[in-house]
Amino acid sequence: MAEINSYTINFGPQHPAAHGVLRLVLEMEGEVILRADPHIGLLHRATEKLAETKPYNQNIPYMDRLDYVSMMCNEHAYVMSLEKMLGVKVPIRAQYIRVMFDEITRILNHLLQLGTHAMDVGAMTVFFYTFREREDLMDAYEAVSGARLHAAYYRVGGVYRDLPESMPKYEESKWHNSKDVKGLNSNRHGSLLDFLEDFTERFPGLIDEYETLLTDNRIWKQRTVDIAIVSPERALQLGFSGPMLRGSGIEWDLRKKQPYEVYDKMDFDIAVGTNGDCYDRYLIRIEEMRQSNRIIKQCIDWLRKNPGSVMVDEHKIAPPKREEMKGDMESLIHHFKLFTEGYTVPAGEAYAAVEHPKGEFGVYMMSDGANKPYRLKIRAPGFAHLSALDEMSRGHMLADVVAIIGTQDIVFGEIDR
Amino acid sequence: MSIQVLVKQIEQRLSGMGINTELALGEVTIQVPRDKLIDVCTRLRDDTELGFEQLIDLCGVDYSEYGDGTWQGDRFAVVYHLLSISNNHRIRVRTFLDDEFPLLTSVIDVWAAANWFEREAFDLYGIIFEGHPDLRRILTDYGFVGHPFRKDFPLSGNVEMRYDEEKKRVIYEPVSIEPRINVPRIIRDDHRYEKVESGE
Repeated sequence: MAEINSYTINFGPQHPAAHGVLRLVLEMEGEVILRADPHIGLLHRATEKLAETKPYNQNIPYMDRLDYVSMMCNEHAYVMSLEKMLGVKVPIRAQYIRVMFDEITRILNHLLQLGTHAMDVGAMTVFFYTFREREDLMDAYEAVSGARLHAAYYRVGGVYRDLPESMPKYEESKWHNSKDVKGLNSNRHGSLLDFLEDFTERFPGLIDEYETLLTDNRIWKQRTVDIAIVSPERALQLGFSGPMLRGSGIEWDLRKKQPYEVYDKMDFDIAVGTNGDCYDRYLIRIEEMRQSNRIIKQCIDWLRKNPGSVMVDEHKIAPPKREEMKGDMESLIHHFKLFTEGYTVPAGEAYAAVEHPKGEFGVYMMSDGANKPYRLKIRAPGFAHLSALDEMSRGHMLADVVAIIGTQDIVFGEIDR
Repeated sequence: MSIQVLVKQIEQRLSGMGINTELALGEVTIQVPRDKLIDVCTRLRDDTELGFEQLIDLCGVDYSEYGDGTWQGDRFAVVYHLLSISNNHRIRVRTFLDDEFPLLTSVIDVWAAANWFEREAFDLYGIIFEGHPDLRRILTDYGFVGHPFRKDFPLSGNVEMRYDEEKKRVIYEPVSIEPRINVPRIIRDDHRYEKVESGE
């Protein structure tokens, strides 16, 4: 009988380390990967096709559900593409709010990435730590939009509403007595900005906590150093962006190089790796959280001092105020037209990209002058990253595939769309 | 480099390729005849003044219902979005395809990132990329029939699946739901956007 050297392993789609519904067909020789063939599309919902049948504003909630761990950044790219086509100028306060929430989103995403990545390679504690902080940030999401995850907060021409003056508080229940509740509410007596300021004061110390668990941890280093090295040339060829590209030593960040909103007024640095391995990418994400924290602080300072409008005053795009509608015929008509038909966008096309936590998230919008998109193409960073999984995992061990999936920060909502 | 300089550079360096340059909303779009695509793309990547090292996005477009059927040109197009890291600019490349048999040369040798993007365009629009090593469906189900993002493919699809208690397996049946339009699609030619079009 002939000796069988290589065999095929099916990984997923129900594997907890597959970050959702990834099915991997691995061709192996012993424990070494010869070829990895990711089968994707198990979460394909045809968002782009659905968007063609909905008025522009009704598509914003779909954007949340793409990359469901960095919701507001997805919305940002979508509204930016429409603002470009409509020629809308967003009020400065709304721009600061967007930048602040983009950075909150970046921290949310990196916390989840860090926690799950560490758990995939065997460190359980980090996951509990990072989810503790995610809770605070999701409370900020909830305070501003009413939803912890799928915010639908950005609108064409600004944001849905201004930041709230008070935070929701815990109440006594059979699970929390009055002493617990007092502790839980200790940082919730002020406005949302006070709550976030308290968070930004605490957060650098908390990042240090994660670092004590991982950065010098022998097992963590054995699992990530020199795993999945990508050279700068290959990273460009493979269409990498975000931390994956910076990990390979290319200094590229849309927030710096093609600044949008008020990023040009922010003071922050971008972290760049040298080796292009999983460990470098981990360090970059840690540093990005520190930088995001800095940006949030700057936004809080500015937002405190500068009250103002958060929505463009153009009733062809933004709904009029309730009070105006009661007495003004024109406003009532605008409101009716907006909520029945929506607004039409002049024929043409635009591409808008944001520095999403995972990389470059772009929206290519095409309109033929109707109240719905003619074609919407979402450029998801994870799609390009996952397509390189084969190349990155060749020659590595089976257990390293899990580390590679973790470092790529795979989320199926955006890859399958 | 300002955008006008980029347009000039492109027109100069790609002259004789039959390209058509267009500048709108601060974005450069070039239209390339399909037989010149590889030449143009290679030059876009290798010319140091242009230097588009990265293929950011590749997608198919079906123009058949554009402007409610007023579209006169070819039905399918492939749109490439390129990014130059070294020179910090972007460009959009569009190629129109044959209606009957949409076929195009693969750019996978120019940018490796095209691999999955071309598979996606094939899956969703039925565009064949010549020279692609592994042109399989990517997003739709195993054994899927049709190309779902074409405008003549119904939104609710053609088949639905369920588990059949008697046959003890999953079966496919014609869809039972009717497509429903809540907000009709409408094109309005009003003058509120004149400002945008004149580029102010």
